[in-house]
Amino acid sequence: MLELRNVSRTVGGADHIRDVSLTLQHGSLNVLLGPTLSGKTSIMRLMAGLDKPTSGSVWFDGVDVTGVPVQKRNVAMVYQQFINYPAMTVYENIASPLRVAGADAAKIDREVRQAASLLNLTPFLERTPLNLSGGQQQRTALARAIVKNAKLVLLDEPLANLDYKLREELRAELPRIFAATGAIFVYATTEPHEALLLGGNTATLSQGAVTQFGATIEVFRKPQDLITARTFSDPPLNTIALDKAGKDFVLEGGVRIPVPAEIGGIPDANYTIGFHPHHLSLKRPNAQAVAVSAKVLVTEITGSESFVHLAFADARWVMLAHGILTFEPDEMVEVFIDPRNILVFDGFGNALGADRRLAA
Amino acid sequence: MARIDLDHVRHAYGPNPSRPEDFALREVNQVFEDGGAYALLGPSGCGKTTLLNIISGLLHPSHGRLLFNGDDATELSTQGRNIAQVFQFPVIYDTMTVYDNLAFPLRNRGVAEPDVDRKVREIIKMIDLEDWSKRKARGLTADQKQKISLGRGLVRSDVNAILFDEPLTVIDPHMKWVLRSQLKQLHRQFGYTMVYVTHDQTEALTFADTVVVMHDGQIVQIGTPAELFERPKHTFVGYFIGSPGMNVLPVTVEGRKARLGEQTIELPVAPSAEGQGKVELGIRPEYIRIGALGMPVKVRKVEDIGRHKVLRASLEGQEIAAIVGEDESIPENPRVRFDPAGINIYANSWRVDGEPGRRV
Repeated sequence: MLELRNVSRTVGGADHIRDVSLTLQHGSLNVLLGPTLSGKTSIMRLMAGLDKPTSGSVWFDGVDVTGVPVQKRNVAMVYQQFINYPAMTVYENIASPLRVAGADAAKIDREVRQAASLLNLTPFLERTPLNLSGGQQQRTALARAIVKNAKLVLLDEPLANLDYKLREELRAELPRIFAATGAIFVYATTEPHEALLLGGNTATLSQGAVTQFGATIEVFRKPQDLITARTFSDPPLNTIALDKAGKDFVLEGGVRIPVPAEIGGIPDANYTIGFHPHHLSLKRPNAQAVAVSAKVLVTEITGSESFVHLAFADARWVMLAHGILTFEPDEMVEVFIDPRNILVFDGFGNALGADRRLAA
Repeated sequence: MARIDLDHVRHAYGPNPSRPEDFALREVNQVFEDGGAYALLGPSGCGKTTLLNIISGLLHPSHGRLLFNGDDATELSTQGRNIAQVFQFPVIYDTMTVYDNLAFPLRNRGVAEPDVDRKVREIIKMIDLEDWSKRKARGLTADQKQKISLGRGLVRSDVNAILFDEPLTVIDPHMKWVLRSQLKQLHRQFGYTMVYVTHDQTEALTFADTVVVMHDGQIVQIGTPAELFERPKHTFVGYFIGSPGMNVLPVTVEGRKARLGEQTIELPVAPSAEGQGKVELGIRPEYIRIGALGMPVKVRKVEDIGRHKVLRASLEGQEIAAIVGEDESIPENPRVRFDPAGINIYANSWRVDGEPGRRV
């Protein structure tokens, strides 16, 4: 078990990491999700022992390892850049941590071949990395991390430099590889979609702080605050600020959205509601759905779906709709918001009734 | 803006090319219409950047000619072609302010200062760097710098074409949405001829009116996003576009029936695939219906990725992926049906239609 207890790190007066507490279990996959500079790499460096926290402590299996340098920890890292020994064959690249550890030839051979097989590298063992595709180079780096048999494996945007399709293939294999080793895996990404595909747990990050940590799909469906909801939405979360009056939220132009029953008791005040792009629809999904009239800015077509960018009052929304839609810019369209699928945030950005599951 | 013709263009990086494999770019005859938005889409090494560099003049093709508005431009330098380019990584002047970086291409061409000011302000607003206008570029983050590069590519309205080489790779997901839709709006507003190289299908499909899919130095299909999705001409296009890609299953065809193991699948038309070697049925995950009727499958895994689920299953020993709606449930012993609208038949990897012996 890896624990960060109230870890902060300040560099030259700037807060890089702010009071992070996380507990990660053996055999788990943990995604750090957040935009560039949100603290993903900084947290990994603290976990690895490459940096020391300014305050707080790091514990591994009940032992305080706060001051222990990376060389004395059992950690493997894989980076966005493909890092291999260019003069060595793939076999020797994978074998290198075992040789450093003084393993015998039979053990080395067994483990290298096992890792190569897990990562589909068997046909390439005699090649050198520069004669491999980017995907194969990164597989080699992953195989080396696996044979190290580390208790903690840190992956810092490992697929970011790969083609979209290679990324998709390797990403689908990773959970299987992770599960086979029993180590604690930590995986940093900027992409919400990647976190959802990997599953496991997700910690959302914003400005050096963890905003929420839990099972990936739970964090996605039940964000506790607006920052988490925004961090975990791609296309971006649709939001709008509005007032509550009695049983309804009142939108500009007088359209009323009924306040969900579970939070019916909240006082009349200003709130922000949020809803995902696939929860905005052209067809009325049910009798409770509310119609609003919005202006089309631009439509993007993916082949099977359309992303319609809309303006409603000061808000900019995206609607994800099935099929191919051809709207003209500035055209007014009627779109439906389903009250079952709205997230409600108070003036501080805290989700109200955060334990209520979206209808989805 | 210009119409660009590629006339029998080929390129080999080595001397004395003879075999097709010697060419990084095999024969291309392609017209980029004046004011069109095109994407060149394909994996690493498919020849898309080679093709872009031939258009920009960074590379002289070993064979063939280029025409700009009907005039031979093959021997013209990049400058002589009057083209704006945006690359994957920022190309800017670190010691200049954001404003001056954007003004540079205009001042360089002797544009009057009031016009420079008007245009620069417009672009700065678009790339959302108004607060940074007077700051030196040096202190900016990678994605801010890339936004300046993008702005510099768009600041001149008198160019023949604007070429983009993976311009959003280093941009965070949320900003990608904003910049993509702004590019699209700009295209609509000013009618630039734009060519956009990417390996990311979402970027290609959403940006372009016409997508050119490349594989192994060849163009395998040119079409609208919808055509590439509905009727992939080659199994590679089916695999490469879509997430997950098209399911490709080995079948035998007799009249309007396809046989997959023990199963018989009704086809919308009788394809002319008999006696043509390897015959395959392609169906996208979006066209597989799950329910109590149809062909029995063994469920391997269900991935909940938020807006829908991906069912991974085995059908007659073949692995398939199917999309299941957010609100749909998967029955105990699920069966699958193929929506005839989504079925394509391939002979030796190329799509065949209902007429005898003809490739579509």
